[in-house]
Amino acid sequence: MISRRGLMAAAPLAAVSGPTMAQQPAPALRGTGDLGVIIERANGSVLIVETTGRSILKRVTGLGDLSHASISFSRDERFAYLFGRDGGLTKIDILEGRIAARIVQGGNSIGGAISDDGRLIAVSNYEPGGVKVFDAETLALVADVPAVSAAAPKSKTVGIVDVPGRAFVYTLYDAGEIWKLELPEGAEPQLTKLTGIGKLPYDANVTSDGRHYFAGLFGEDGVVHVDLWQEPLRAKRVLANYGRGQEPLPVYKMPHFEGWGATQNKLFLPAVGRDELLVIDLATLQEIGRVKTHGQPVFAVARPDGRHIWVNYAHPKNNVVEVVDSETLAVVRRLEPGPAVLHLEFTPRGHEAWVSVRDTDTVIVYNTRTFAEKARLAAQKPSGIFFTARAHVIGK
Amino acid sequence: MLVLASAAASAEPDRERLKHLLVQECGSCHGLTLNGGLGRPLTREALANFPVETVRDIILDGLPGTPMPPWRPLLSIPEASVIADMLKSGEIR
Repeated sequence: MISRRGLMAAAPLAAVSGPTMAQQPAPALRGTGDLGVIIERANGSVLIVETTGRSILKRVTGLGDLSHASISFSRDERFAYLFGRDGGLTKIDILEGRIAARIVQGGNSIGGAISDDGRLIAVSNYEPGGVKVFDAETLALVADVPAVSAAAPKSKTVGIVDVPGRAFVYTLYDAGEIWKLELPEGAEPQLTKLTGIGKLPYDANVTSDGRHYFAGLFGEDGVVHVDLWQEPLRAKRVLANYGRGQEPLPVYKMPHFEGWGATQNKLFLPAVGRDELLVIDLATLQEIGRVKTHGQPVFAVARPDGRHIWVNYAHPKNNVVEVVDSETLAVVRRLEPGPAVLHLEFTPRGHEAWVSVRDTDTVIVYNTRTFAEKARLAAQKPSGIFFTARAHVIGK
Repeated sequence: MLVLASAAASAEPDRERLKHLLVQECGSCHGLTLNGGLGRPLTREALANFPVETVRDIILDGLPGTPMPPWRPLLSIPEASVIADMLKSGEIR
């Protein structure tokens, strides 16, 4: 089922040559640890930003359909791999602010991940479904893994993450399966399939120790858990009482597990079709509480120290961000950044949060202790915000 | 405020607002170009076999058992008809 292509794969577009050195002064040296990328989803462009002076460095255009686009970073934090909705995979040099390589690898994609050694980029596809793996250096195709199973002839793939050992874990939406794909160096790829996990798993994520993989279900109660430290792998249903016997609300925006609220010992998950967060004890995998929220959560993201969880909401209540105390489970702050808050990202140690507000074409930067507004940046219909510190986190 | 609210309720559907809703909110699942995502494609070609009334009714009542939600709590019947027309005519591309 897995085809492996090496030198045969099509070469990506050649990099363009830069201006001659004689005409331009040498650029000042700088690091990339305080850089980031903001998706401008309607225009097919991204902004390269720096979080020390909170400024925009450059806009990179010509990136295709960026609805639901996401990014993984190279280990050296120089390159951003952008996964576009139209199947585009673009490698952006964020120091030089230019496209280093770009291919259109599928018809319709939903996300991707980079392997622990930084050598492989995996892209998760809606159409034709399945996962393709590329060489991170050249974007040459390395492996093509269609999502064909007995339960469904083809599946959209969601919730792709990297896990240690040149491996990726992802979920088959139509078939209701979780697959682990290992690509050991110099050996054939290995595929482990967990079947019959539940109906319509719509998203998934892994804790940053690479151990706990959780998938949310749309068609059934509960949440699916896989302990990736246990052999053989097994998918178990947890939170069996979540959703039972209750009529869910209409869901105008699917919740996301990306950037979920994982602290040292707890996990905060957005409930689907309910105005609440689910709180899971990571030691026992039992539900230990719920947080009543302003609306249906989309993203519930832990500040890097784990003390607070910032939450945004689905249409039509998407003008608000709430801040939840991870110890008391109380909402301690309500912010109103403006219409259509789509995403938020913390600086690496969490002193500031950047919040994208689509309908005012703004990104707002907040101090996370005082909640004071520190800056506003103009961005065209901003959605995802991704800072380079993700380069060093398992599952991002 | 009361006057404004009742005036808005009885007014003609606001096409610009509905177009924004269609591209941005429907686009979250169906793609900003409506070529599909978690939800199916909603291009004119993809909807060729669906009468405009069917499209309107799916918008209003959703598709039970799938993530497609009923928009009736947020949209009036005339508003759903305008969106169904926009989809069937392919004016959003």
